[in-house]
Amino acid sequence: MSTAMKQPAVVAEPQPDAVQQKGLLRFLTCGSVDDGKSTLIGRLLYASGSLFEDQIDTLAVDSRKSGTQGDDLDFALLLDGLTAEREQGITIDVAYRYFSSPTRKFIVADTPGHEQYTRNMVTGASTADAAIILLDARKGILTQTRRHSYLVSLIGIRHVVLAVNKMDLVNYSQAQFEKLEQDYRNFAARLGIEEITCIPLSALKGDNVTTASEQMPWYHGPTLMQYLDSIDVDIDRLAGASFRMAVQWVNRPNSDFRGYAGLIVSGAVQRGDLVRVLPSGRTTHIADIVSCDGDDVAVAGQSVTLTLTDEVDISRGDVICAADAPAEVADQFEGTIVWMHEQPMMRGRSYLLKIGARTVTATISPIKYKVNVNTLEEIAANHLELNEIGVCGIELDRAIAFDPYDVNPHMGGFILIDRLTNNTVGAGLIHFALRRSQNVHWQAIDVNKRAHAAQKNQKPCVLWFTGLSGSGKSTVANLLEKRLFAMGRHSYLLDGDNVRHGLNKDLGFKDSDRVENIRRVAEVAKLMVDAGLITLVSFISPFRSERRMARDLMEDGEFIEVFMDTPLAVAESRDPKGLYRKARRGEISNFTGIDSPYEAPEHPEFRVDTTTLSAEEAVESILNELTRRGLLV
Amino acid sequence: MHAKRHKSLTHLERLESESIHIMREVVAEADNPVMMYSVGKDSSVMLHLAMKAFDPSPPPFPLLHVDTTWKFREMYAFRDATAKRLGMDLIVHQNPDGLAMDISPFTHGSAMHTDIMKTQGLKQALDHYKFDAAFGGARRDEEKSRAKERVFSFRSTQHRWDPKNQRPELWQLYNTRKSKGESIRVFPLSNWTERDVWQYIQQERIPIVSLYLAKPRPVVRRDGVLIMVDDDRMPLAPGEQPQMLKVRFRTLGCYPLTAAVESDADTLDLVIEETLASRTSERQGRVIDTDSAGSMEKKKQEGYF
Ligand SMILES: Nc1nc2c(ncn2[C@@H]2O[C@H](COP(=O)(O)OP(=O)(O)O)[C@@H](O)[C@H]2O)c(=O)[nH]1
Repeated sequence: MSTAMKQPAVVAEPQPDAVQQKGLLRFLTCGSVDDGKSTLIGRLLYASGSLFEDQIDTLAVDSRKSGTQGDDLDFALLLDGLTAEREQGITIDVAYRYFSSPTRKFIVADTPGHEQYTRNMVTGASTADAAIILLDARKGILTQTRRHSYLVSLIGIRHVVLAVNKMDLVNYSQAQFEKLEQDYRNFAARLGIEEITCIPLSALKGDNVTTASEQMPWYHGPTLMQYLDSIDVDIDRLAGASFRMAVQWVNRPNSDFRGYAGLIVSGAVQRGDLVRVLPSGRTTHIADIVSCDGDDVAVAGQSVTLTLTDEVDISRGDVICAADAPAEVADQFEGTIVWMHEQPMMRGRSYLLKIGARTVTATISPIKYKVNVNTLEEIAANHLELNEIGVCGIELDRAIAFDPYDVNPHMGGFILIDRLTNNTVGAGLIHFALRRSQNVHWQAIDVNKRAHAAQKNQKPCVLWFTGLSGSGKSTVANLLEKRLFAMGRHSYLLDGDNVRHGLNKDLGFKDSDRVENIRRVAEVAKLMVDAGLITLVSFISPFRSERRMARDLMEDGEFIEVFMDTPLAVAESRDPKGLYRKARRGEISNFTGIDSPYEAPEHPEFRVDTTTLSAEEAVESILNELTRRGLLV
Repeated sequence: MHAKRHKSLTHLERLESESIHIMREVVAEADNPVMMYSVGKDSSVMLHLAMKAFDPSPPPFPLLHVDTTWKFREMYAFRDATAKRLGMDLIVHQNPDGLAMDISPFTHGSAMHTDIMKTQGLKQALDHYKFDAAFGGARRDEEKSRAKERVFSFRSTQHRWDPKNQRPELWQLYNTRKSKGESIRVFPLSNWTERDVWQYIQQERIPIVSLYLAKPRPVVRRDGVLIMVDDDRMPLAPGEQPQMLKVRFRTLGCYPLTAAVESDADTLDLVIEETLASRTSERQGRVIDTDSAGSMEKKKQEGYF
């Protein structure tokens, strides 16, 4: 034992030959329930020697227990994961499996054929080089087959295999296979998939999976395994495109070194290359590739750290590109969005958008149409539900560098994040810029915000009053403005009712209209703050995420959320405009507090308890708070 | 124009790149990351990748070892030597409640030992240092239920894992946003298999604990598995005699809970050869897994890594 303590570490002798150098291919399997997907993956794992004895033993026991395959192994049992799912007898979600051939390592994204899981399939497809679409030879092309094929083409998978399974159940019939192949090719022609290969197989018996089938001598194409070994990997294709790398992290160990760390998503780079940094557009040269193991070229798929010859201001999220073929820069796009959350996507609502290493604020402008994934029909829509796919306009709060998704998925694919729950709620593909911002710069106005404020000798801000109808917003806001006016302050009060008569008269009270209502008011408030005004906004503004959006439009410290905290019963008993009575009688619908929710602020800057304070007292305490915050100097 | 601008990356290069990308993403977006360091081969690979990811800076996070006090002695020596060699900060946490109770896998059983010293210990350490992101070396190929685990796994303020509420991960875009008090477990080696790990160790010449190599060691056979008698805390049954057998370990944990395998593979090459030819999964060497079906899942929901 004591000798062991003397040599606790071992270091490998360099034996480069012993390390098998393989490529890496990622693929996706999709099919309807019971088409044989689990059986197929199980067989691939088994045939490639990726299953261990103990796994096989367990499988043999399980197989006998379930008794579906006599004494044979039931590979379908191998792939179940989570207990609850196992009990339901179905796989939901994406699971990843691993196996290798002598030349390649494979990562399989296993996604279910279930109706409602567009989200999972898109997730699995987003990293795949190829897709296997399973078909039951007896059943032919089903609605699900069409849907899977559409999603695969949407995500831009370039290699598709139509795996016609259960050939053993149709007597290995050539005619049946050829009919299905023809049907499928006719349908898929509309989708523009680059390359389709059709393989007849039996996952259960093993025909044409890893060994050529003796039952189907008429088939001369590759086995599934041969096919997977031979197709090209997408990152190799991208290596031939123009250089792109999003800066993930700036490496500054000391003042002498400044490196930019990131993953090269297309092209190649070497010392001396002229590069352009976006969105700024500055150009410089590559000084060195730091983490490149001695090679002086780095290619797509590698994580590297680059140093540059000039001191350029670069931060996380900027994109370093080939100078002669840079990415585009824009802040408005048309793109496709796949919605992934139970809470629907609404036009006008803002979300965080992450693309590459950059996160910006995005607002969904008109939804052009949504797509029926079964029929490919285009349907008008003003929101997207879970698993729906739509083409829409997307506006960002700042310009980003991008390439269209079908040119480079890593430069044109993004996710949408809910600002409050932080959930990933959508995935999107940029098609093209709606307005090129390459040459459009924000007009550098000489009389700027600071000048406006200085002239009025005040600090502009937004006092955002939120609360139920009848909570006292307008009363307090009015009184406060009078006081400010008397103090010689320049202010303006935006009141819900008044704005709805003019600017927002086209909007009703549906959730999507409420979102748009607040968006417009927030933008107007922002302009008023720009003009140097103390801006009072008195709107019910029932949704947290819109108030959050309004807050994010302003600079730090400029947004003061005043929560008029009044219990519904109290507001209802005041009922100054008789609206609650009407709502109770069902004469108005979507009334906040009655049949439309009010989401109270969690951390308002100021809370007014209107059951204990008079309006005058409330105004007094708000003024004190403004002074305390240095806004009334 | 340019010399060789095209090359196809090997699977190890691709995996390495992906892991580095994940680590950098965490460092750029988390407030206070930490790397779980368990001294095993996966930790060794993960640490090596971290050195590469941030070079020439040192990795901008400390290492955390949640110590059950029952690891092999060689592991402790290796752990301290490694942290020193690489100049990394090493935090060692032992659950003080467990120490007070003198928890031992022999007297309290493996389930309770693991829960108190590992699961509770980990939660304590994360809470105490307010780490909001913790790298772990788990791989999806290790166990059935891991196959569906995300690279970024979100835990509630109580460190619970909710398999129904995991975020989809698309392309190479990771949503790292979280609410106050929530934390993320990040698994940069998700897509690596045991073979990949061994091949990478060989290719990169990464130091590992010599327990992975076969050598005569004192062992006893219990319930059909070989357990090494690493120190005198191990109670021997009447008449039970440790015997010297040439053994090695495929995974490392608490010595009383880790099964040795008889082997002649006393060089790394031989170990790799044996592993590549092996027909049993490495988890067989972990006594804690054999409790009940889906046991790992239950542990995970309770906050086990
Ligand atoms: N005859 C025959 N049966 C198959 C074949 N492939 C799968 N099956 C059976 O079809 C059923 C569903 O298979 P499974 O792999 O669970 O389908 P999944 O739902 O797509 O994963 C099981 O009973 C399989 O044994 C095949 O090629 N031929």
